[in-house]
Amino acid sequence: MSDRPAPRKFGFETRMVHAGHVPDANTGARAVPIYQTTSYVFDSPDYAAQLFELKQYGNIYTRISNPTTAVFEERIASLEGATGALAVSSGMAAQFISLMTLLSPGDEVVASSHLYGGTVTQLKQTFQKLSVKVTLVDPHDFAAWERAITPKTRALYGETIGNPRGSIFDLEKFAGLAGAHKIPLFIDNTFATPYLCRPIEWGATIVLHSATKFIGGHGNAIAGVILDSGNFDFSRFPSIAAPSPSYHNLRFFDTFGHYGFLMKARAETVRDVGACVSPMNSFLLLQGLETLSLRMERHVGTARQIARYLSEHEQVAWVAYAGLPSHPDHALAQKYLPKGPGAVFSFGLKGEGAQVREDGKRFIESLHLFSHLANVGDVRSLVIHPASTTHQQLTDEELAACGVGPEMIRLSVGLENVEDLIWDLDQAFHALSRSIRA
Amino acid sequence: MGSRPGLSCSVTLNTSLTPEQRARFQDVDQINHLLDSAKTVAMVGLSSDRQKASFFVAGYLRDEGYRVVPVNPKADTILGEKAYPDVTSIPFPVDVVDIFRPPQDVDEIVNQVIARKEKGIDSPAIWMQLRIINLPAAERARAAGLTVIVDKCVKMEHGRYRGGLHFAGMNTEIISARKRKR
Repeated sequence: MSDRPAPRKFGFETRMVHAGHVPDANTGARAVPIYQTTSYVFDSPDYAAQLFELKQYGNIYTRISNPTTAVFEERIASLEGATGALAVSSGMAAQFISLMTLLSPGDEVVASSHLYGGTVTQLKQTFQKLSVKVTLVDPHDFAAWERAITPKTRALYGETIGNPRGSIFDLEKFAGLAGAHKIPLFIDNTFATPYLCRPIEWGATIVLHSATKFIGGHGNAIAGVILDSGNFDFSRFPSIAAPSPSYHNLRFFDTFGHYGFLMKARAETVRDVGACVSPMNSFLLLQGLETLSLRMERHVGTARQIARYLSEHEQVAWVAYAGLPSHPDHALAQKYLPKGPGAVFSFGLKGEGAQVREDGKRFIESLHLFSHLANVGDVRSLVIHPASTTHQQLTDEELAACGVGPEMIRLSVGLENVEDLIWDLDQAFHALSRSIRA
Repeated sequence: MGSRPGLSCSVTLNTSLTPEQRARFQDVDQINHLLDSAKTVAMVGLSSDRQKASFFVAGYLRDEGYRVVPVNPKADTILGEKAYPDVTSIPFPVDVVDIFRPPQDVDEIVNQVIARKEKGIDSPAIWMQLRIINLPAAERARAAGLTVIVDKCVKMEHGRYRGGLHFAGMNTEIISARKRKR
């Protein structure tokens, strides 16, 4: 019908810099403008009414949507192969808002026991206050998952790459389990990013990110994102399908179909909870996404070299990096993360009890390049001792279930020169052996 | 607005059509041309229930400047427009016949549209909404010289190319470094 070329499915790197942003008609601005505004003038009173009834597309208030944030949302949706996305104020907010949208009091969730400590706390404590029961199950014990699912189970939940033990979630297998029970599979893909793994391609329904980590990638903005595959039939879920009293009995799934879940999450849950992302942070996340593939290639390449170095070090008891053949999930990593299983992993110092706890602190104090802080996924290399920081609120049993011991040190490998990073670790090990001798 | 004709990105999400069927019934340029040129849209199966998807689509199209003609044998008027019992009864030309009826009802609707064309009344495009898929009827309409769109929502497609769908956080799949048209 025209002389244009055949429609093209553009590649990941192209979408990384273009998806979600067509230069606007008035200014032609090539970079994504920062719409630092709270609110938007209506065309007319009738048009405003249509907007408030969700009958018209458009912006009302930045708590609900924002033009800069929309570019980030569409771009990450494109990279994950999702039907759409909802950006929120943090990764924790992404979890909370997505589950709050789906669940009602009395519902249950079955989740992996290999999760970020903050997630475990939110699931087990905050959701318990809302009368939602979360059962944590070892991701390697498939039969235990089957046993844990009850008629009240509304979702399965896991992390592509578990934090901090580096276990790999068997996405295809758990998607099959979720599908057999007609419940959605929620996957936190923070450590992998869509460059290393796209859970929707393996059957996940909802994908979550702490965008604070590798997506932003520069340690300068807190944000989270919720993505929907658009493939799940929510008609059996009253929370999405039943008439909504706050929108004249609108039935979100019936009216919006494959984006009913995200519309409900945006127009009701975020509207009411208020955990919106700031436009400036959305801009910073976009800057991050534009170099995602380049950074992730370097992150995983350097992580692999450091993991190998540590695995051969005489002061190291173990290294939990699924990129190493010795890791129990190495085969899963090769299947789901062929480019490399991320750049966050942990290792254990040799020794036991109070002595190794002291050694861990001393090791961290001796480092010059690794920053001691509670974050991952920065251009800079980071280090932390989980037992005394990120996981300190967990009970001893939960700590053991997460595999966090006093000897564990977690690294987030940055983009520095790999030889400099190995030099830094090396001199910290020397400092440790000197102090042990002394 | 919308990117100018010649958009070359592949739009593949949220349809159950095969790539070959998409090329026949979801052509990006054809959809854009239709949205740009159409003025009158007959909506077959438009509900008078304000919370039904069809009512959302109708209100949206009216806001965006289209004349919406309800086709619903159970209604007198919807959104202030006189309703007709079927496509044959519409006494003036329409540009698009947008179908919100189950696939088995599409054959008869297509027959009526082809009959209108043969009588020289009009030659509207046939648009089957999301999940309303009747490919034999679509092929018949195509063979009769009609433009046919299948398994797409007219509101979402308008929103896709005019920017609104993007504001809702949806993946429009549009990739273009060209400035939007004013």
